[in-house]
Amino acid sequence: MLLDVANIARMNQRAWSRNGCRVSAFFLLPVLGAAALSYSSQSPSQTSPAAAAAQSALPQALPTTPAPATLQGLPLPPAVPRAGLNIVVLDPAHGGTDLGARGTGGIRESEIVLDFATQVRRVLEAQGFQVVQTRQGNEDPSFDDRSAIANAQSGAVFVTLHIASTGLPGTARVYVNSDLPVTTNAGGLIPWERAQTPFQALSRKLGDLVQGLLAQRFKGSPNTAQTAAVRQLRTTAAPAIAVEISSVVVESRADLDRMAPGVADAIATGVATFRPSYVVPTTGGTP
Amino acid sequence: MTTRWIKWVVGLLCVAVIVGVFYLPILRRRLRAAAKLQQQTAEQARRELTQAVPINPGEPRVKAKLFWASGNGDGALVDSTVELPLSDDSVLRSKQVLNTLLAGPVDAELRTLPPDAVLLAFYLLPNGTAIADFSEALATATPSGIQSEQLAVDSLTRTLEANVPRVQRLKILIHGQEVETLAGHLDLTGTFLVNTKGLLVAPSVAAPVVAPTAPPSAEKPAAPAIEKAAPAAVPTAKPGSPKGA
Repeated sequence: MLLDVANIARMNQRAWSRNGCRVSAFFLLPVLGAAALSYSSQSPSQTSPAAAAAQSALPQALPTTPAPATLQGLPLPPAVPRAGLNIVVLDPAHGGTDLGARGTGGIRESEIVLDFATQVRRVLEAQGFQVVQTRQGNEDPSFDDRSAIANAQSGAVFVTLHIASTGLPGTARVYVNSDLPVTTNAGGLIPWERAQTPFQALSRKLGDLVQGLLAQRFKGSPNTAQTAAVRQLRTTAAPAIAVEISSVVVESRADLDRMAPGVADAIATGVATFRPSYVVPTTGGTP
Repeated sequence: MTTRWIKWVVGLLCVAVIVGVFYLPILRRRLRAAAKLQQQTAEQARRELTQAVPINPGEPRVKAKLFWASGNGDGALVDSTVELPLSDDSVLRSKQVLNTLLAGPVDAELRTLPPDAVLLAFYLLPNGTAIADFSEALATATPSGIQSEQLAVDSLTRTLEANVPRVQRLKILIHGQEVETLAGHLDLTGTFLVNTKGLLVAPSVAAPVVAPTAPPSAEKPAAPAIEKAAPAAVPTAKPGSPKGA
């Protein structure tokens, strides 16, 4: 994988010179780490395009306001053309020792969401999307590690998959993060812990689209996405939604497995419908 | 002479080993029992110190609104009106309504919070930020999931909003500590909006605040927005709280 180290170094130096190590520490380093992580987690068939996307994303994703023409004599990095939406980061929640919700019949959320992710991936790839998963097996990356994978991509949306402990069996809900005020620091960088804020409107749009499709397939599901303070979404710098299926309390796992094709189709169709409206926000939380 | 002494010493050592073989397991059992007893006593003492604030029958009875699950499995809350002699003091009043909420409705199926969860401490800062410290059962026994965790937090924020006007935000601690999530999903690192009217009047610069996109309704509550608290405003440790926190 090739990274535009010169650009990153310039960005890093600018951040250091303006705001000290704090600013660069909370965003630049995790992004660099994420780029490496995403490279290692992708299948061979995806490596080259994803790496290229990540490469173009790094300088572009950091500033949220137009930067001054020069700073301390350093020329600005050349403008990077923005690509449209072409990557979907799928996050099967939990994993490893974190089993997630557990049903009485031995159903484990961490296992089922991995199977769901496989099916969603298949449908998305059939529609021409490139899919990056935050975990391929029974690992348990941290919230920040998962977000970092998404934040290293350019032109990506993030979908985290969950199975609930509660709710009407056979229904599915989409959540977007609770509204937060958009904040940037003096350098125009978004704090890592609020990376989702500029994408809230886009997340809402994607969430409503997917939720509408899920409501058509699963009776009793809400018609629009709901808001919740979902930890995973807060640090994700991309349109991001959480899809939660009800529930682990079903009598047999087959009841959940039967939902997988419908969920996969709703997510893929929703993302495809969302594609034309995908624009990387450059200022203040509006797409 | 020397041989006799050696025999005595060896004999004594053998006796000591035999006694040790029998006595050590007994001693270990006793130590375990004592440790367990001490742990129970500490837990009991903590509960006694933080037991529910007694409701003074002399206080005027007011209609308190408590929010429990609708029972439809859709993650919605409905309000129940309960007549309680509530204190005028905001902290005492908050403890009273939260303890009543924790005690649960008549129908246990409508609970939003685990039956074992205990409110250990409650503080109210001058800026309207309330800090509610719950026992570990809140984190370990709340069903894992976005819907169930949101329902638990919604019931707390909306009950406070309906009964204690001074509370504007809620910070939830577990056993005196800030935790990342309630039960794996819902973010507890920030504060939840409680009273949006008060927030719109005096937004904090350090921790700017926006109102939720839709006002909460009894039938379909909007999730309270979570905000990152200003570090100075939300102590994760406070003198006098359990565990010395």
